[in-house]
Amino acid sequence: MTALTEPRTAVRSGRQLRRRRATVVTSSLAGVTFALFVLTMMVGSYYVSAIDVVQSAFRLTDDPAIDFVVRDLRLPTAAAALSVGIALGVAGTVFQKLLGNPLASPDFVGVSSGASLFAVSSIVLFNASSTVISGSALLGALLTALIIYLLAWRDGISGYRFILIGIGVSQFMLSIVGYIIARADLYEAREAMTWLVGTVGQAGSGELRTLLVALVVLLPVAMVLERPLRTLELGDDTAKALGSRVELNRLALIALSIVLIGFATAVAGPIMFVALIAGPIAQRLAGPGGGVLAAGLVGAIIVLGADLVSGHLLPTALPTGVITGIIGAPYLIWLLATVNREGRGG
Amino acid sequence: MTLIQPSPVAVETAPQHRSRAVLATGFVLLLGLLAAVCFFSITLGSRGVGIPTIWKAFTDYDPSSASQTVIRELRVPRTLIGIFAGAALGISGAILQGVTRNPLADPGIMGINAGAAAFIVFGIMVLGAQDVSTYVWFAFAGAGVATVTVYGIASFGREGATPVKLALAGAAVTAILTSITSAIVMTNVEALNQLRFWQVGSLAGRYFPVFWQTVPFLAIGLVVALGTGRALNGLALGEDLALALGQRVRLTRVVMFVTVAVLCGAATAACGPIVFVGLIVPHIARMICGPDYRWILSYSLLLTPILLLAADIVGRLAVAPGELQVGVVLGVLGAPAFILLVRYRNLAEL
Repeated sequence: MTALTEPRTAVRSGRQLRRRRATVVTSSLAGVTFALFVLTMMVGSYYVSAIDVVQSAFRLTDDPAIDFVVRDLRLPTAAAALSVGIALGVAGTVFQKLLGNPLASPDFVGVSSGASLFAVSSIVLFNASSTVISGSALLGALLTALIIYLLAWRDGISGYRFILIGIGVSQFMLSIVGYIIARADLYEAREAMTWLVGTVGQAGSGELRTLLVALVVLLPVAMVLERPLRTLELGDDTAKALGSRVELNRLALIALSIVLIGFATAVAGPIMFVALIAGPIAQRLAGPGGGVLAAGLVGAIIVLGADLVSGHLLPTALPTGVITGIIGAPYLIWLLATVNREGRGG
Repeated sequence: MTLIQPSPVAVETAPQHRSRAVLATGFVLLLGLLAAVCFFSITLGSRGVGIPTIWKAFTDYDPSSASQTVIRELRVPRTLIGIFAGAALGISGAILQGVTRNPLADPGIMGINAGAAAFIVFGIMVLGAQDVSTYVWFAFAGAGVATVTVYGIASFGREGATPVKLALAGAAVTAILTSITSAIVMTNVEALNQLRFWQVGSLAGRYFPVFWQTVPFLAIGLVVALGTGRALNGLALGEDLALALGQRVRLTRVVMFVTVAVLCGAATAACGPIVFVGLIVPHIARMICGPDYRWILSYSLLLTPILLLAADIVGRLAVAPGELQVGVVLGVLGAPAFILLVRYRNLAEL
């Protein structure tokens, strides 16, 4: 009897320990995210105190001067950074877990390049307004994802094939982007460049609202789907044996992350590396119990931090995507090196 | 350099051996085809010229004739650069695939183009490089740095450089370099203006100075590359067997990588980033000639320029009087071929 109960209690207490760690880490991540969110609205050419920011942003007081600075000038950018970060973090970690490869980020797999192609062509070829540009970026992301999914389909999706076909499609898109930028006016080419790097400052209110709505709807869905996701991670055969409807769950999860990436790209353009690094960092901090929420929060922290750096610490303002790219680079090389040492890279 | 495992690509159809006479005949036929493509590359375009004009342009040059000037100053250097750069891309693709034993190794996918672009932007911004002939050196350096970095990152670990790892390392390094390039370009309009024309990959506007600058590297690189066939055949048997056969494996690898970096660097410097040809052509060559690298290299040497010049002609005629750059044509046509390659992996195991 004791021989049976002892391992059982050990498993139970281990599980409780993991759950506690995940809860503590996730709530502290939420705290840090909120602090950074407030901080980005405090600093700038006109300093606003933390209390004033909170009171104004949540409409607790009315002070026209502070309201103008906080609500009209800084809140859109801060909210964009927050929501784009969460969306990218969640989508990235879902992708990585689905394809079983920590390097499978939507940045590399061609989804972002599809968004860039559509946005750039709507700027250069159709002189589109900002709403249309964002809409076509969204359309581009969704279409590209669909194309990659269909091309990679052969009795199911293998992570290996999905990634390689994604890279091929990405090269295809980028060669057309290069052509369009070369035949554009210099002014338009410059505007189009922002859709190749991505920045949170350019967010329009309409797109931002759409992204927020999408997050409110999809974040709970992602948390519900987390359980099937964990089963899928065990491999298709095991998942099937455990009674999981493999293809359906996978399709739902891919659709969810593509929609999140699409909306985020429509708001800010392709912000590199966030989707790639948020998941692994969250996993490292929160342990195996850390889920999509933790990854989303890490993503938000990265984008908010990058926005702070690009907006206030540098002599010339650079797009947020450049900062995340430069932060992400050393991490990525380290990841490639260690992942390969463990022999899981291929 | 760790032991490289055979790639996970399965053999479904083994390429058949053909007799030496058949292959030699094919080689001569390809030479004829290349000559034909060169002829069309000189005659076709927004200004069509006849054979008499071409003859005159070389024997009895009249500088006041626009047609003759177009031939001598535009079409001939363009065609020559197409031949040499094409040969360089094809042969370095074949060597890369052989030395990494990886069916998906390609200069574009391995981030070499992004490396060259990043260094060119740096050259424009910091040192005020003004035209293609100054870019060349930066493109060289960038291509070399990128090759070494990507292969170095991908070959960490016990599996060595598998196709997925190389492709991902290439995509990752490309992403890093692109974000640095864009950071510079966003703050420097002049750099953007020059980069965007280089970046599409084109044979247009490449005059004789560019040719003379890159041709020594290309010619030497091609000669060395053609001599690596025997060593590649040895490596294809596996590192241990190659060692047992008395090859100096490490040395030949280094020589091959240096050759590839020189060839890709010079080709990229001359025409900008051109993706997919270096990937596809060696596979076509392998389908025709079987597994002997001496033949694969010789066929790639002719097939790639044919393809490159044909794509260039298509780009010239498709939207005349405008022009589709050859990089765009090949990017658009090459992607489906790449995807087919990934989907139906009935490629020879390397």
